[in-house]
Amino acid sequence: MEQIIFYVFAAILVASSILVITVRNPVHAVLFLVLAFFTSAAVWLLLEVEFLAITLVLVYVGAVMVLFLFVVMMLDINIAVLREGFIRYLPLGIGVALIVVIEMAVAVGPKYFGLEHFAEPVRHMADYSNTKELGRILYTVYVYPFEIAAAILLVAIIAAIALTLRRRPQTKYQNVTEQVMTRRDDRLRIIKMEAEKKEG
Amino acid sequence: MLETLQAVWGSIPELLQIVLKIVVIVVPIMLSVAYLTLAERKVIGYIQVRIGPNRVGPRGLLQPIADGLKLVLKEIIVPTNANRFLFILGPIVALAPALAAWAVIPFDETLVLANVDAGLLYILAMTSLGVYGIIIAGWASNSKYAFLGALRSAAQVVSYEIAMGFALVGVLIAAGSLNLREIVLAQQGSFLHWYWLPLLPLFLVYFISGVAETNRAPFDVAEGESEIVAGFHVEYSGMTFGLFFLAEYANMILVSALVAIMFLGGWLSPFEGIPVLGEALAWVPSIFWLLAKISVFLFLFLWFRATFPRYRYDQIMRLGWKIFIPITIVWLLVVGAAVLAQIGPWFD
Repeated sequence: MEQIIFYVFAAILVASSILVITVRNPVHAVLFLVLAFFTSAAVWLLLEVEFLAITLVLVYVGAVMVLFLFVVMMLDINIAVLREGFIRYLPLGIGVALIVVIEMAVAVGPKYFGLEHFAEPVRHMADYSNTKELGRILYTVYVYPFEIAAAILLVAIIAAIALTLRRRPQTKYQNVTEQVMTRRDDRLRIIKMEAEKKEG
Repeated sequence: MLETLQAVWGSIPELLQIVLKIVVIVVPIMLSVAYLTLAERKVIGYIQVRIGPNRVGPRGLLQPIADGLKLVLKEIIVPTNANRFLFILGPIVALAPALAAWAVIPFDETLVLANVDAGLLYILAMTSLGVYGIIIAGWASNSKYAFLGALRSAAQVVSYEIAMGFALVGVLIAAGSLNLREIVLAQQGSFLHWYWLPLLPLFLVYFISGVAETNRAPFDVAEGESEIVAGFHVEYSGMTFGLFFLAEYANMILVSALVAIMFLGGWLSPFEGIPVLGEALAWVPSIFWLLAKISVFLFLFLWFRATFPRYRYDQIMRLGWKIFIPITIVWLLVVGAAVLAQIGPWFD
């Protein structure tokens, strides 16, 4: 049963990953990428890593890809223009792809990641908390790498926000403080008027 | 009688058992959604000194059935040049996560479909998926109004998700567990032991963000009928529109249930720990208290809609990013300190 589920999800994952780079419409490509993330989360669930699987859905599918889709939807891409240089750049592309494949084969090949290097994963009971284990190891053994990664991300956030702070002279901004501080008396004047008598 | 029932239940294959359990949860939710629409029209009607629907059936009680029948029978129109597959997929993707999230909601101490260890994370992941339905619908409609609605909704949901997530982290720190059942059990004692008191700012932020996340008034700029007609679902008709409607109301019930579980002690009785009253009301089934709490928050949803004018879009963004997120971050530190200092009666 578990094998059938695995092969179904793996087939969807491989198919959607191929479609990400082959479909013509960029929005479709992003949606297939979402599907790929989602199915890989399902495959992770089969490995009993529920924390990482749900975090993958939460962070990548729920937040990153939404913003990505947001940007891609607003692009008005002419696909014909994109295809123009395909043949011209093909040799270069194949060269780069080959280098990447060789590099990956060296780094993640059987020498380091072969099956004989790892013991078969232990099955855990239903009350085993993957989240607790991960938290324990992250905040004890790997606390410094974890903190450094957090600091680097913080710097990246600040840099990205700083980029938006350039001011252009013709842009108009809302003065929020002024808007919030506005009281009724600033906008409205209540006057008392005597009833006018109709002549004749 | 009970034993034969159990024997019959045991003889059903496991897959069918799960499907039956899902049906037992989904059917009442769908019925509540149908009658929530009637409740909304009645409540807002009385708030505005009207009577509301009272023609179909006794006192208008069959109105939702008539509405549903009308939606099912209407033609589904797919706009020209719209992407047909995604156009139909949009409403389905909007509704599915709203229902899937119910899998981990505990209705009772034992009554839960899946008692998942990382339940809170699962909820957060599922509620963050609903926005895809809106984005896909807005884009696939090939209409400018729908597209604007989808963009507004996407930005709004992503912004408020952060504040919601931080509020949930507060609950997680306080309860020390991601399991929704254990979160409720950690609040046992009396209604002063519930987390609404130590986590008051997070409670308010979570509920308001929940209103924003479901695109309800006063944060319903994704629909914004005065500016962009009906937003993302302007091109939808018949049951495809009906699915969006169902998704919105199912999400309202879900947010109300989550607030009740995380901040108001879920199925725990509010009279627990009060000398005479507590024992006198101990016979009430605990699921009743959960449903009562959910109803209170659903009423608040309707009340908001009848009371507040729609927010301006930049004000929505300012509220989410510049007010809610700082509040939640500050209160996380407070909760962390309180847990470390073991301040009673919540964290001892």
